[in-house]
Amino acid sequence: MTLWWIGDIVLIVVVAPVVVLLLHGVLTEARSIVPSVRRVGAAAAAGSQDLDAVPLLLTTQDQVRRTIEAAADYGGSLDVILDDAKEV
Amino acid sequence: MPAAGVVLLIAVVAIVVVLVVYLLATIAALRQITAGLDEAIASVGQIVEKSAPVAEVVGDINRNLDAGVDLLEGLLVKKAGMVDAVGLVDGLYPGAAAEGFRNFPDSRETRAPRIGEVYTKGTLTLARLGREAPIAAASPGGGVLRNVKGGSLAARLLYPEARQARPEKLARSPVIGTDAPQRYEPSEDPGVPGRVPGPAAVAEPPAPLGRPAPANGDGHGRGEPGSAGQSEERT
Repeated sequence: MTLWWIGDIVLIVVVAPVVVLLLHGVLTEARSIVPSVRRVGAAAAAGSQDLDAVPLLLTTQDQVRRTIEAAADYGGSLDVILDDAKEV
Repeated sequence: MPAAGVVLLIAVVAIVVVLVVYLLATIAALRQITAGLDEAIASVGQIVEKSAPVAEVVGDINRNLDAGVDLLEGLLVKKAGMVDAVGLVDGLYPGAAAEGFRNFPDSRETRAPRIGEVYTKGTLTLARLGREAPIAAASPGGGVLRNVKGGSLAARLLYPEARQARPEKLARSPVIGTDAPQRYEPSEDPGVPGRVPGPAAVAEPPAPLGRPAPANGDGHGRGEPGSAGQSEERT
């Protein structure tokens, strides 16, 4: 009978607090992750929206190509109508 | 059942209840985490998908721009020469001469002439033409481009005082015509060559009678201008 009471005391005084303490820690950490994950998701969504302008790079690419072609045309004409620099 | 057994049973049941409560709360939190990560992964997948062609497009843009730089640098150096090309670029972008041209490594050692100081007329022209050009906006008069009569003088004020005052300090242009100053002494003996100032123009004194005439063949004893002085200098 004495052993029964000793077991009860150990269970109530030691085991139960330890179990509660560990579970509380796990729950606290799990809940602290939730806001971080939400911020990560929001940042990823914002980054995805920022990349919506990427197709405009195709326009830039085309404009750059046209600009360089025009510069090459002008350069070719200038090469014809202007004399080369004379070596001093 | 003894009282100790009942207490044990109650304690175990209480522990189990606590376990259930905490574990359910933990499961709920983990489900929220899972949902958040799913959203994040979806957005990251979109980022990867959208940014996939960026490298290729940017690479093509850079290749075209590189070709443009090669073209313009080559044309500038070919037409203006290395020195003037470096000076022109340095005049437009101060300090760029130290960096030099990309395709001309020896341009870094080229000393850039002060093209911006030389071609001031072009700057003034641009200042007059560009109504909203920065150099026109900095005009001290404020209304250079609107003031047709004072436009030229007002544009000169854009430059330091030394540059403005320089034309007034320069020597005047030589005057020719009736008002020209006399540079030669009036001749006391008409018909005899006068004395021209300067060592190269000193006339030979007239030859005495009986002395053979100079070998110019005109019979008047006049030598060619300057020839007598040169012979005198040599003697």
